Amino acid sequence: MSPNVTRRVVLAATAGGLVLHERIGRADDTTPAPPSALPQKAIDVELRVNGSRFPLNIDPRTSLLDALREQAGLTGTKKGCDRGACGACTVHIDGRRVLSCLTLAARCQGKAITTIEGLNAGEDLHPVQTAFLHHDGFQCGYCTPGQIMSGAALIKEGHDGSDAEIREWMSGNICRCGAYPNIVAAIRDASREG
Amino acid sequence: MASIGQGVDRVDGRLKVTGRARYAAEFPISDLVHAVLVQSTIGAGTIAAVDMGAAQAMPGVLAIITPDNAPKLAMKGGAQQAVRAPLLQDNAVHFNGQHVAVVVAQTLVQANAAASQVRIRYRRDEPVTSMDAALAQAYPPKNFRNGERPPDSRRGDPDTAFDGAAAKVDVTYITPIEHHNPMEPHATIARWDGDRLTVWTATQGISGAQQSLAGLFGIAPQDVHIVCPFVGGGFGCKGNTWPPATLAAMAAKVVGRPVKLAVTRAQMFTSNGYRPRTVQKLRFAADDQGRLVSMRHDGFSQMSQPVLGEFSEPVGLATEMLYACPNVAVSHRLVATNASLPTYMRAPGLASGNFALESAIDELAVALKMDPLEFRLRNYAEQEPHQNKPFASKALRACYQQGAEAFGWSRRSAEPRSMRDGSVLIGWGMATSTYPTHRMPASAYVRLGADNSALVRVGTQDLGTGTYTVMSQIAANTLGVPVERIRFELGDSAFPHAPVSGGSMTVASVGPAVKAACEAARAKLQRDGGEVAEASVDVKPGEEEHRYAMHAFGAQFVEVRVDAELGEIRVSRFVGAFDAGRVMNAKTARSQLIGGIVYGLGMALLEETHVDGETGRIVNANIAEYLVPVNADVPDIQTIIVPNDELVSNPLGAKGIGELPMVGVAAAVANAVYNATGVRVRKVPIRIEDVLV
Repeated sequence: MSPNVTRRVVLAATAGGLVLHERIGRADDTTPAPPSALPQKAIDVELRVNGSRFPLNIDPRTSLLDALREQAGLTGTKKGCDRGACGACTVHIDGRRVLSCLTLAARCQGKAITTIEGLNAGEDLHPVQTAFLHHDGFQCGYCTPGQIMSGAALIKEGHDGSDAEIREWMSGNICRCGAYPNIVAAIRDASREG
Repeated sequence: MASIGQGVDRVDGRLKVTGRARYAAEFPISDLVHAVLVQSTIGAGTIAAVDMGAAQAMPGVLAIITPDNAPKLAMKGGAQQAVRAPLLQDNAVHFNGQHVAVVVAQTLVQANAAASQVRIRYRRDEPVTSMDAALAQAYPPKNFRNGERPPDSRRGDPDTAFDGAAAKVDVTYITPIEHHNPMEPHATIARWDGDRLTVWTATQGISGAQQSLAGLFGIAPQDVHIVCPFVGGGFGCKGNTWPPATLAAMAAKVVGRPVKLAVTRAQMFTSNGYRPRTVQKLRFAADDQGRLVSMRHDGFSQMSQPVLGEFSEPVGLATEMLYACPNVAVSHRLVATNASLPTYMRAPGLASGNFALESAIDELAVALKMDPLEFRLRNYAEQEPHQNKPFASKALRACYQQGAEAFGWSRRSAEPRSMRDGSVLIGWGMATSTYPTHRMPASAYVRLGADNSALVRVGTQDLGTGTYTVMSQIAANTLGVPVERIRFELGDSAFPHAPVSGGSMTVASVGPAVKAACEAARAKLQRDGGEVAEASVDVKPGEEEHRYAMHAFGAQFVEVRVDAELGEIRVSRFVGAFDAGRVMNAKTARSQLIGGIVYGLGMALLEETHVDGETGRIVNANIAEYLVPVNADVPDIQTIIVPNDELVSNPLGAKGIGELPMVGVAAAVANAVYNATGVRVRKVPIRIEDVLV
């Protein structure tokens, strides 16, 4: 294999079919093109978020995260890595916790999506939100919506048997401020109440 | 009514738990378009040509800005926080991952797609990718600590004292490149209204951002409006005004529309600094009574190419002042590489320097067969030994005692591999923490109503550190009203000036301004009567910093469990005892302490940025392979706040709490790993392969 052909190009070529051909034979470094570079036609999708309907005209490559943040105006769901590594974008789809950055918006038609904005009813906070507030389960607050969505799901899943179990099942949500002990305390508290 | 010190829930907590706190990328600005950065794929050289044909023809593309067509910046003024290169002003490539083009399109998806089609041809030079191979070319910093002091210092004669000493260590410690990785990647929305610029940006310093952007674009500071009510973590990487913020404003100018530029996680690794790699050479010696007689600490830290600016990791600062040793020398040198510009990262110099310092102290205690805590107490500095000044206060002895007692230190077995739980080796280690108490001038505005409600405004920031809450408490306490009566606003450059949120100095700087403005407004209302009184007050530090040495202190104790066969290292218990002066809010302070310790555990066992030696490309530029602590990595952490009511350092007696708890954690862990395994690891992160013997 020529030293110019990177793993990324090969992967892109496998998926896209076009890129490798264009790349081979180039004398110097260029930026490889992922398959998503191909122009796409917009499609209509109706998202059902927090009980409201959002009819959107989207580029089919749009992630659920970007559809929520950039088109539906629901910025409570956070983009921390956009690669499924940090958990900041966690939402519930049909009751299950899902990383919205790895979910195509176009595949969410007809599904019930819940974001942090819809977790509580009216002015009353969800028990996990209340517990995060009282236990100071956050500092900067950026990972917090994802942590709370995961925490609420974790209790429903029945993974709240012990602190060790909570820690394990919350380890998909990174908190760089390091509020982990307070997050565990908050979820423990909320699970007792719920 | 005395709310200071109480564990009040965060006043902005409800916004954060409901997703309604608005961060930089989240402001609904009409007519907004999206910018995406294109980064270099070589480590050094020049851009030969940019082929934009394919990208330009793609749907939604509005502009592709490259060094060939980028507007020339005015580059006026000298704001310290302004990062002036690389900003598409020339064709030079100084590092892999440098911003070499900006693509603006109608939607984010379109901008991403087009950015992937921009073709750049380079003339490639050989990049310098390894600092360790270039140590011989090290040079002294030109602007160490912003020129406040020289990079080297010396007292006594450390070399002669070393030669004649009873116990010696002569060792080299290494810390890696580390990235801040706040959960909110840097983001900016920029909008021009004629020659006036409005910027919604993630910054630790709105005043610095205002000055920097005004200078770069050649407009008056009052024509730059910075808005930043919430920051999703900073840890130092949002202190400067880095190229992405400037490029967002440039892009908005080019397309004549508001532009959002959100840096991706991968791009964060070359966009806003990092903690530079350090190589630290230490020569410490003690007499047979366990008294330190010589300390030499020579630090080398990695730099970018000098044309991009300058940053030195000040690893020797604590070595100068922590122990009563008559013969001490420290030095700081830089090694230029083809990397982006390094910067402040949580406890700059102290976190990295104390790992070496407090590990080497442990090594010397082992050489003397002395308990490491006893060794530290024997060399306790009653007054600051470098400047020969009294400490404004120093409750470190109480930190040692209370921490040791809570941890059970007296039951420690000093012999490595002597404490076991089945096949698991148990190790106990400790280290000292210290961080200087800083303070800068700040101003505040208060509007106090006769109904005892108050609006307080300061152009400061809340990075999650609790500024909204503790400033509300300080105002409430001063006015003698409940916290609910206070509305505290920050994050707007139209508000009175405050310093950058760095150096753990926000409470010490802004708190006194809030207090003084509240007092002035109350006096005015009492004197003049009426429905409302306003006051604007500027405060600044007095003579105290010349008369006293001002530092916060702490003692860190940790237990590690090391699998004897597999080498897996787990932290099982942690106790940190701190003298941070007066605490404003017991709840948010504890969160800061826990958070700093967790950040330190990451440094000790997980965090390292890997650079490909051939290309200078960062190979783990993501938050899955740049390992940071997750929930299951963090044990029970006990924090102790040692009472200290000293009010000399500043009117609130706050010594700073954001960085202190991180310092010493890595050394405490390394010392515990030695106690568990008998292996002295002189680099972080400490990995399985380091302890398998």
